[in-house]
Amino acid sequence: MSDLVEAQAVAAGADAATAPALDPDTAAPTPRRRGRELVDLVGPALAFCVFVGFWYVMHYWALRAIWDKPDFLVPPPHTVINEAFVDTERLTEMLRATRFTAYISLIGLGIAILVGTILAVAMAQARWLERSAWPYLVALQAIPVIALTPLIGSIWGTGPVGRIVVCVLIAMFPIVANTLFGLLSADRGQHDLFTLRNASRSTRMFRLQFPAALPAIFAGYRIAAGLSVIGAIVGELFFRRGEKGIGILLADYRSQNQVPEAYGAMILTAALGIALFVAFGWLAQLIVGKWHESTRKTG
Amino acid sequence: MTETSTTHSHHDPTMPPAAVSSDAVLSFDHVSMTFPDGTHAVDDVSFSVRPGEFVTVVGPSGCGKSTLLRVAAGLEHETAGSVAVNRSELGYVFQDATLLQWRTVRRNVALFAELDGMARPERERRVDEKLSLVNLDGFADKYPRQLSGGMRMRASLARSLVMDPLIFLFDEPFGALDQITRERLNSELLELFARQGFGALFITHSIAEAVFLSTRVLVMSARPGRIVAAFDVPFAPSRSPELRFDPQFAELSGEVSQALRGAHS
Repeated sequence: MSDLVEAQAVAAGADAATAPALDPDTAAPTPRRRGRELVDLVGPALAFCVFVGFWYVMHYWALRAIWDKPDFLVPPPHTVINEAFVDTERLTEMLRATRFTAYISLIGLGIAILVGTILAVAMAQARWLERSAWPYLVALQAIPVIALTPLIGSIWGTGPVGRIVVCVLIAMFPIVANTLFGLLSADRGQHDLFTLRNASRSTRMFRLQFPAALPAIFAGYRIAAGLSVIGAIVGELFFRRGEKGIGILLADYRSQNQVPEAYGAMILTAALGIALFVAFGWLAQLIVGKWHESTRKTG
Repeated sequence: MTETSTTHSHHDPTMPPAAVSSDAVLSFDHVSMTFPDGTHAVDDVSFSVRPGEFVTVVGPSGCGKSTLLRVAAGLEHETAGSVAVNRSELGYVFQDATLLQWRTVRRNVALFAELDGMARPERERRVDEKLSLVNLDGFADKYPRQLSGGMRMRASLARSLVMDPLIFLFDEPFGALDQITRERLNSELLELFARQGFGALFITHSIAEAVFLSTRVLVMSARPGRIVAAFDVPFAPSRSPELRFDPQFAELSGEVSQALRGAHS
C-alpha cells in the first residue's frame, strides 16, 4: 500500500519536472521534439511488425484454418528471402530483369511527361483545345489499359516499343490533369500584375502560370511514375515474350509453381515503383521545397 | 441624397472644370462602370489627382472603390466617360501583397521592371535602391512565406517604386495588418510620398487612415458608387503619429464619418 502511494508521488514529481518542457516557448528543441522523432520511428516500425506478423499468420494458420487452402500459396517471409534473394544467381537474374523493366518504364514516363506537359500547356492556352481533347483523355483513363494491350501488341510488337506505348497510355492522364489544373489555378491578383504591364501570353505562361503550377505538376509526375511501372509490368505479363523484364520473370515463376520466387519478383516490382515515387518526391522537394509551404516529405 | 450630402463638404466635387485639370497625373471624367452581369459599380465619377496630391476614397464595402482603381489601371474598362492616365508610369499596390511565392523578395521587386524589359544593370541598381528605401535590405533573398504581413506589403510597395511612378494606386493595402504595423506603415508611406513626389489614389475603410495620409478625402456612396462629398485636409505634409490626437484631426474625422453615414443610407 505504501509502495503504491510512493509510486504515485514519484509519478507526480516526474510530471512536475517535465511540465515546463512541454511549453513550446521555453523548451524549443528538447524532449518534446525528440519524443516526436521517436514516435515517427516507432509508428512505421510497429506497422512493419504488424505486416510481417500478418504474413506469418496467413501462412501458418489463416490459409488452412479459414479458407481451407494449401499454405504454399503464401510462403513465409524467410522462405521468400532464402529462395529469391540469398541465392546470388537467382538474385542477379531478377535484378537484371528489374533493370530492364525500370528502363522501359522510365522511357515511357519520359515520353508521357514530355507529351503530357506540352498538351496541358496547349490546353491551358486554347480553351477550344481543352474542351475538345478533355473527353478523350478521360476516356483513355476510363478504358482499362489491359483491354488495349493486345491491340498495342499487334501494332507495335511485344518488344520494348509496345511496352513503352502501354506505359505512356497509362501514365499520361495524371500528368495532363495535374498540369492543366496547376496552370489554370494561378492567383487572380498575380494575373493582374501581368496585365498591368501588358505581358504577352507566353510571358504569362512561363513567368506566372508554369512556376505557380510546379507543385501540382510534380504531384502528377509522382503518380505517373508509379503508374508507368505498372504499365511496364502489365505489358510484360500480357505479352510474355521478348526481353525478360521482371513481369515476364514473375509470370514464368508462377507457371512453374516457384511461389517464393514469384513473391520475390513482386517485392522487386514494388521496390521499383517506390523508388520512382520517392525520387520524384525528392526532385519536387529540391525544386519547389524552398518556397512551397505544403511540400512535406511523404516519400 | 447626392445633393444634400454635398452641402456639408468643403467643396463641390461634381463641378468638372475644377476637378479635371491639365497637369493632373490621373483624371476621371464622368466615368461609369457597369459589369457584364449588370452590376452598376461606379456612377458618373469625376475628379483628378495632381502630382504631390494624396487623394483617398472612403466608402461602404462593395461600393465600387476598388473598381474605380481597376478602371484607372486598365484592369477593367469604363462603360461611359473617360480616364486620362499614363499607364506606363503607374504604380499599384493590391489588397494582399500578391508576391510571386517562387521568387525571392529581390526578384519580386524586380518583376515590373523585368516585364517592361528594363536593362539588367539599371534594374538591379533600382531594385537595391528601393529595397533599402522600404527597409528590406536584409531580406532580399528571403521567400515571401518567410516574411511578415507588413514586410510583404513593403516588398509590394518597392515593386511599384522601382518604376518611379507618377501616379500610385493603393487598394486597401494595410487592411489585413495589425494596428501598430498599420500605423507604422502609414508613417513610412507618408515619408515616401513626401520624398518621391508621386500623386496617390488610396482606398481604405479607415477614416483615421484616410485623414492621416491624405491631402484630400473623397466619400463614395453605396453602389452604384458616386462621389458624394470631398474634404480638403489642411495639415502640413510632414505629419507625426500624434496628429491622430489633435482636436482638428478629430473634428475632420467626425465630418468624414458623418458624410460616410449619409452615404450608407
